[in-house]
Amino acid sequence: MQVLYGRHHVRVFRFGLRLVRDEQVAEDLISEVFLDVWRQAGKFEGRSAVSTWLLAITRFKALSVLRRRKDAELEDEAANAIEDTADDPEVATQKRDTSEALRKCLTGLSREHREIVDLVYYHEKSVEEVAEIVGIPENTVKTRLFYARKKLAELLKAAGVERGWP
Amino acid sequence: MMALSKKMLEQEPSEIELLLPWHATGTLNARDARRVEEALARDPELAKQYTVIREEYAATVHLNESLGGPPPRAMLKLFAAIDAEPERKPSAWLTARVRMSDFFASLSPRTLAWSASLAVLALLLQAGVIAVMVAKNQPATYETASLSTNEPESMTRALVPEAAPPPRASETAAPPRALVRFAPDARMADVTALLDSYHAQILDGAESGMFRLQFGGRSMTSDEAAALLARLQKEKIVSLAVAAP
Repeated sequence: MQVLYGRHHVRVFRFGLRLVRDEQVAEDLISEVFLDVWRQAGKFEGRSAVSTWLLAITRFKALSVLRRRKDAELEDEAANAIEDTADDPEVATQKRDTSEALRKCLTGLSREHREIVDLVYYHEKSVEEVAEIVGIPENTVKTRLFYARKKLAELLKAAGVERGWP
Repeated sequence: MMALSKKMLEQEPSEIELLLPWHATGTLNARDARRVEEALARDPELAKQYTVIREEYAATVHLNESLGGPPPRAMLKLFAAIDAEPERKPSAWLTARVRMSDFFASLSPRTLAWSASLAVLALLLQAGVIAVMVAKNQPATYETASLSTNEPESMTRALVPEAAPPPRASETAAPPRALVRFAPDARMADVTALLDSYHAQILDGAESGMFRLQFGGRSMTSDEAAALLARLQKEKIVSLAVAAP
């Protein structure tokens, strides 16, 4: 268990944190995830990678937490309004720092879009693995990421950053 | 082709376009990766979009890496919760064994005695049937009166006590151990199956992703241990296996 925890806890924590947006909740979340793994180790069928299995459990737990907190409906509306001590997109753009503006806008995506962007770009999951984690068809995975990217481009454009796409 | 890309952006994205992010992260299969490569070489608009995707990829990694990790108390909390868990359920085999012993314990001594007698009778009958079948199937062989293939064995048996044989000079005092590194794509189920098949247990996780394993519960000769290690080294999910103290 220590080996498993040592190998995966940081990525599980980061994935959870990006979903629930609260460090304390994310901290509790990883304890719950690994405790579940401890309890259900026998149910792991080995058809997918351990990290895929862990991320799927993390996602399920995070959504349960969000439902419990009744924050789900707040998510999309509040995403752009969540305060941050860093510069806002306009300021970042004034600095001509596209990377910083990009990172800022990545946090402004909806929960569904953040999730798919993180799974593909950060956790480097294949189409099939994302489909398994999120529980949607593979074609939906592809189109959801495409529209997440379009939304990101829109946020950047609104912040004055033009990247030539779309 | 450029016009086609623009048209695609206005309408539905093309299949190749949808695959670009996975091409950037290197998680496409060989066939799709080749298709994307060819399309990128043909279509400058697509290549431009691919550059944008690579920026998104880098920014997402940067953003996630800046999040840090959970504090050590999260691990303490987890292991405290695990310690507080009730004892794990015994295996199905163990449960069946316990049930069977409970069943026999519930029988009266008289019933038990009758059952035992019947079981002995059934065993004797079975042995008789097997003996008859073996005798019938035995091929006719020629043997001289002076040659008995069992003789040396019976002599050895007479000399060596019935109890456990004394350890041989080349035998290790403890069960053999090895440092093992599993292949990066090894799945947990494969590792568990390997541990089962070798009757091995993980003693600890050493540095550089290597695990210290112990094989079986008995000592082995150095030849046996070397053969086991050689067999282990040939396993598909094992990258490296070296003997360990």
